[in-house]
Amino acid sequence: MNLDAFAGCLSSASCLITQTSAGLIIGMLLFLVACGVTLIFGVLGVINFAHGAFYMLGAYLALTAYQLTDSYLAAVLCAAAGVGLFGVAFDRLFMSRVYNSNVLMQLLVCYAFVLILDDAVKMIWGAEFQSMGMPAAFALRPLHVLGGLVPPFYVFLVAVTIAIAIALGGLIERTLFGKIVRAAAVNRQMVSALGINTSLLYASVFGLGALLAGAAGALAAPVRSATPGMGVSILIESFIVTVIGGMGSIAGAFTAAVLLGLVRSFGSIGFPLFTDGLMFGLMVIVLLIRPQGLFARGSA
Amino acid sequence: MRATAREAALALLACALTLLLAWALGSKPLIDTLMRLAIFGLYAVSLNILVGYTGLVSFGHAMFFGFGAYAFGLLMQTGLTSLPAAALASLALSAALAFVVGALCIRLADIYFSFLTLAFQMLLHAVILSWVGLTGGDQGLQGGIPRPRFLGINLADPWQVFVVTMVAFFASLLAIRTILQSPFGYALRMVRDNAPRAAALGLPVQRYKLAAFVIAGLFGALAGILMALYVSGAYPNFAFWTLSGEGMFMIMLGGIGVFLGPVLGAAIFLLLNDTVTRFTEYNGMFMGVVLLVVVLGLRQGLLDVVMARIRPR
Repeated sequence: MNLDAFAGCLSSASCLITQTSAGLIIGMLLFLVACGVTLIFGVLGVINFAHGAFYMLGAYLALTAYQLTDSYLAAVLCAAAGVGLFGVAFDRLFMSRVYNSNVLMQLLVCYAFVLILDDAVKMIWGAEFQSMGMPAAFALRPLHVLGGLVPPFYVFLVAVTIAIAIALGGLIERTLFGKIVRAAAVNRQMVSALGINTSLLYASVFGLGALLAGAAGALAAPVRSATPGMGVSILIESFIVTVIGGMGSIAGAFTAAVLLGLVRSFGSIGFPLFTDGLMFGLMVIVLLIRPQGLFARGSA
Repeated sequence: MRATAREAALALLACALTLLLAWALGSKPLIDTLMRLAIFGLYAVSLNILVGYTGLVSFGHAMFFGFGAYAFGLLMQTGLTSLPAAALASLALSAALAFVVGALCIRLADIYFSFLTLAFQMLLHAVILSWVGLTGGDQGLQGGIPRPRFLGINLADPWQVFVVTMVAFFASLLAIRTILQSPFGYALRMVRDNAPRAAALGLPVQRYKLAAFVIAGLFGALAGILMALYVSGAYPNFAFWTLSGEGMFMIMLGGIGVFLGPVLGAAIFLLLNDTVTRFTEYNGMFMGVVLLVVVLGLRQGLLDVVMARIRPR
């Protein structure tokens, strides 16, 4: 524990800015992964334990697309679309077969895919750390904000994620598709009985969740190095996000993801050994006081 | 009671036969294989108390395997405790850990439970990795585990380690079997099949779940202790999520509804994994495909299939 460094950081504007921006980008990536988990769970009633592997796949696809096209935009689009399609295929070919089985079967299918994808990535891209480097468009001098340094890419990442969050909120709250999704989260049988093609609905929700994870992977590529197995830690953190925010709530996921990102970045200064402990501590407190999560309406 | 006596006799016989066979053949690879089978078999059976009998799909069982191994190794390294005392103390600590984690996790239903157990396991893994001063970090517990003699048993001798492991394995199987065949065990099955009805009949469902979680954690930790003794150390991957996944893989391979299914599953898993590792470094890919075939094709374990054929409906 290093309380002096922690206090020192809190009293210095430059450190505050640097840590806040670092925490925000962690939060943004977490949000993108977590809202896929929470969407899929809300509608399909299954937790996609392979969601972290989707994020990893997104990072690697972005890496290759960037090397081929030299355009970061193409890389992000390619990763999002590729992982989205993969998600649809994964759902139709595999997950849909265990929708009605018990949790064990669903979990094992996902576990099998984590094993397969981790090794597939090792085969194609190698087991070593890979890094994309900062794309040319963002290789600018960092912005000076109150003496703190903020890389321009951070600003871009936060802006893009907020745009996605708003678009997603609009999609869920304002469109017919969103209405169906919300209805399916409440009563799937009834939605099906009303003549909605639920197979299509499930596949599109799964695809949307996967797409978000792929986009998160692509957005993480310039600031994180890619490695097989990188999906597990973000999967667990994104689950903590959904527990704190409340399963099924996008606003909750956003708030909790930002909170967790800030805990991570400030915790790494004050309590480097206990950063994980801090996150879990938060989760345990929420579980004890409000097991359904901060933003959820119903009960767990 | 007669059934218990018969099972005790069977366990004793199986233990004696295994020891006799290993002694007669005297082959080092065979002994190594049996040791690993006993350790992972016990680990898988302990996990199946939760998955198969209580209907709690824990994705974090390796937490107790790792915790038991580290607690035992660290206690022995202090040089203050005798070996059985260290083993008992680490079992007690593991039970305490299982009580706390279990009390938190059973508050949530089904799938949340799986994720929460996974999350707590990864917390333990993160603590092991970052608390380098105590655990040696990613290098694992260094310096070996001292084995002072006790009761005339010398665990520096590999053969005696083997005997102790086998005795512990069969005794644990017998103990778990007895627990599962007791009224308590049948109450767990009822909680699994219909928790609301069990509650309506006045069964304290949450307490039964917690008790099952603690018992499973206890035997999972025992498997970890045996592992620490076997490899004379403890490593962070003992508490990594892949080991939890492998435990469920073993159960699924062998059979969920049959008591010895997980042991068979552990045997198949070790055999497959060892064989595949010899040919390719991409064993995860192979095992993943096997798992998919079993889950989506058979939809149950091998012994489940066999028993469904034998047992009349």
